[in-house]
Amino acid sequence: MTSAADKARTAAAGRAAGPSAGPWRRALARLRRNRSAVIAAAGLLLIVLACVLAPVYAGAVARTDPFTSNASGTAIVDGQRVPVLAQSTEGLGLGVTPIGPTWDPGSYLLGADNQGRDVMARLLYGGRNSLLIGLSSALLCCAIATVLGVVAGYFGGWIDAVLSRFFDVVWAFPVYLLAICLSVVLLTSGLHLGPIHIDAGSLALPVVIIALIYVPYVARPLRGQVMALRDKEFLHAAVGLGASDLRIMRREVLPNVLPTVVVFLPLMTALNMLTESALSFLSVGVQSPDASWGTIINDGLALLYTRPAITLAAGLCVGLTAVALNVLGDGVRDALDPNARLRGGA
Amino acid sequence: MIGYILRRFGAAALVLFAISVLVFLIFFATPGVDPAARIAGKNADPATLEQVRASFGFDRPLPVQYLMMMKHLFVTHDLTSFVNRGTLVIPQIVEAIPVTLSLVVGAAVIWMVLGVAMGTLAGAMRGTLIDPLVMLLGVFGVSLPVYWLGEVVNLLTQKQLHDSVFSWVPPLGYAPLSQGVGQWALHLLLPWLTLALLYAGIYARLLRGELAGALNEDYVRTARAKGLSERRVLLRHALRCSLIPIVSLFGLDFGALVGGAALLTEVVFGLPGVGKLTYQALQNLDLPVIMGTVLYAAFFVVLANAVVDVVYARLDPRVRRA
Repeated sequence: MTSAADKARTAAAGRAAGPSAGPWRRALARLRRNRSAVIAAAGLLLIVLACVLAPVYAGAVARTDPFTSNASGTAIVDGQRVPVLAQSTEGLGLGVTPIGPTWDPGSYLLGADNQGRDVMARLLYGGRNSLLIGLSSALLCCAIATVLGVVAGYFGGWIDAVLSRFFDVVWAFPVYLLAICLSVVLLTSGLHLGPIHIDAGSLALPVVIIALIYVPYVARPLRGQVMALRDKEFLHAAVGLGASDLRIMRREVLPNVLPTVVVFLPLMTALNMLTESALSFLSVGVQSPDASWGTIINDGLALLYTRPAITLAAGLCVGLTAVALNVLGDGVRDALDPNARLRGGA
Repeated sequence: MIGYILRRFGAAALVLFAISVLVFLIFFATPGVDPAARIAGKNADPATLEQVRASFGFDRPLPVQYLMMMKHLFVTHDLTSFVNRGTLVIPQIVEAIPVTLSLVVGAAVIWMVLGVAMGTLAGAMRGTLIDPLVMLLGVFGVSLPVYWLGEVVNLLTQKQLHDSVFSWVPPLGYAPLSQGVGQWALHLLLPWLTLALLYAGIYARLLRGELAGALNEDYVRTARAKGLSERRVLLRHALRCSLIPIVSLFGLDFGALVGGAALLTEVVFGLPGVGKLTYQALQNLDLPVIMGTVLYAAFFVVLANAVVDVVYARLDPRVRRA
C-alpha cells in the first residue's frame, strides 16, 4: 500500500531511530510512520475494544441475554411496546419475522434474530469468538510451523524429506475440505489424543483445526529460509564452538526467521478469521448457542430479504476487520521484511 | 520434457494416494467414536449399524477397510448413503460436476482477463488514480468473505432493485447447457462476477508488484536502449516475465476453487454443484457423501495442479531442471 515516497519516508524513520536501536525498534519506528498501517491498527483496536466490552453492552445498555431465545419478548418502538417476533406475512405465513433495527441502543439496536435474540449484542459476543479464534489459531499455526520449518530446514536429510512430503500433501488438499473433514468427525465426539482432551462443543476445536490446515503455508517458506542459513559463517562458527543442535536452532536460527513469522501473524489472523466464518457459515465451526460472525451471517441467511441488517452487519464486521488486519500486515512486512514472499507474493 | 511430465505425474499419483489415506484415517481411525455410528447418521437403529459395519468391513484390519472403501468409490461406484437410505453417492457427484466446472471456468476466464488488464494498467500508470484503486481492490479481494458478497449481490438483484435495474436477473439456480447457452450464461453471470471480482483484485495487485520489479530489471533497460516503444517494452518484455508467478498461482487457486472454495458460492447462489452437495451432506452429517465429494475434489485439484505445472514447464524451461 506504500508508494515510493512513503517507502523513502519510512526508511528515513528507521534511520532516525538511531544506529544503536535494535532491528525490532527500527522496524516499529518504520511501522509508525506508515499512515495506512497506523489507521488500520487504530481501527482494529476499536473493533477489539467494542467486542471486549460486549458484556457491558448486553448487561447495562441492551439489558438482554443474547444466548437464550426470547420468543415472547417485547421491544419499544416509537414509544409503543411491540412483540420481538411477529407471525410471518410472506409466503405461506409460516415461521416468524423478528423486528428490524430500531436504532435505539437500549432496545434491539439492529433488531432481533429468528429466536428473538438481540443482534447487536450477539454481534459483539460473536466478534469476541471470531477474533479469539482468528488470533489464537494464527499463533498456534505459526508456532507449530516455526518448529517444523526450523527442524526440517536445519536437519535436512530424512527428517526434511518426511516433513516436506507431509507439507506437500496438506498443501495439495483444498483447505476448506480438509477443515470440513476434520470438523465433521471431531464435532460429534471431540478430540481425545493422548493428554489432549477437547470437548465436542469447545471453541478450541475450530482453533486447532484451522491452525493445523494452514501449517504448510507458513512452514514451507520458513524451511527455505533456514536452509539458506545453514551455509552462513555464523552457523559454522556456532558448530565450531561445540554448541548443541538445540542451542543453535534456538539462539542462531530462530532470531533470523522470527521477523518472517511476525510478518505472517496479522495476515494469518485475517485468513484464519475468514476461514472460521466460512466454516461457521457451513455450520461446522462455532456451535450454537455460541455465536461468531460466521454463524450470525448464517442465521441471517433465511431472513436475508426481510431483515438484511443481520447478515449485512456481521459481514461488514468480518470484512472490515480483515481489511484492517491485511493493511496492518502489509505495513508490518514493509517495516520488517520487505522481500518476504508470502503466498504468491500477494 | 517427457521426463519432466512423467516425474510430475508420478509425484501427483503419490500425493493422491497420500490424500486418500489421510481422508480414510480421518473418517475411520480417529479415536473416540465408533465410525459405524458416524456413518449411519444420527439415531440409527442397530440393524443399520450392522449393515454399515458389514458394508465397510469394520471387523477387518485397517488396510482391508481402506481397500474396501476405495473399491466402493472408484471401482464398483456403489458407495451408498445411510442417511438418505439407498441413495448412491457417485452418480450424484457425477451429476453435479458440470455445474461446478461451469461456475469455476467462467469465473476464471473473467478474473484472469480482468486481473491481468488491471494489473498491467496499474503497473504502467503508477502514480495515477488507477494504482491505489487496484491496490484497494486487492485488499478487498483477500478480505471480503465471498459468500457474504454473494448474499449482498442477491439482496440487491433479487429483492431491493429487482423491480428496476435488475429485472433481467433470473431467479437463483442453474440452467443446464441443454436449455441454450444464453440461459446458461444468464443464470451464471452474477455468480461468475462475484467470484471473479475478488480474485481479479488479488491477481491485479500481485501482477502490479511483479511488473514494478520487472521494470527495474536490466533487460528492460536494454529493451528501452534498443529504442523499443514503451508499450512494446511493457507488453512484450516486462509483462511476459511477470506473468510466470501468476500462472502458477492460477493453478493453485483454480484447483482449490473446483475442490472446495466454490462451495460457498454455490450455496449462496443455489447452484446444484459438488459444493452444494457437500453442504447438504454437512447439514445432515451424511458422511459417505462427504467422503465421496472430498476425495473426488482432491483428485481433481491434484490433477489440475500437475497439468498447470507441465504447462508452466513448457512456458519456462528453467522449471524443468528443478
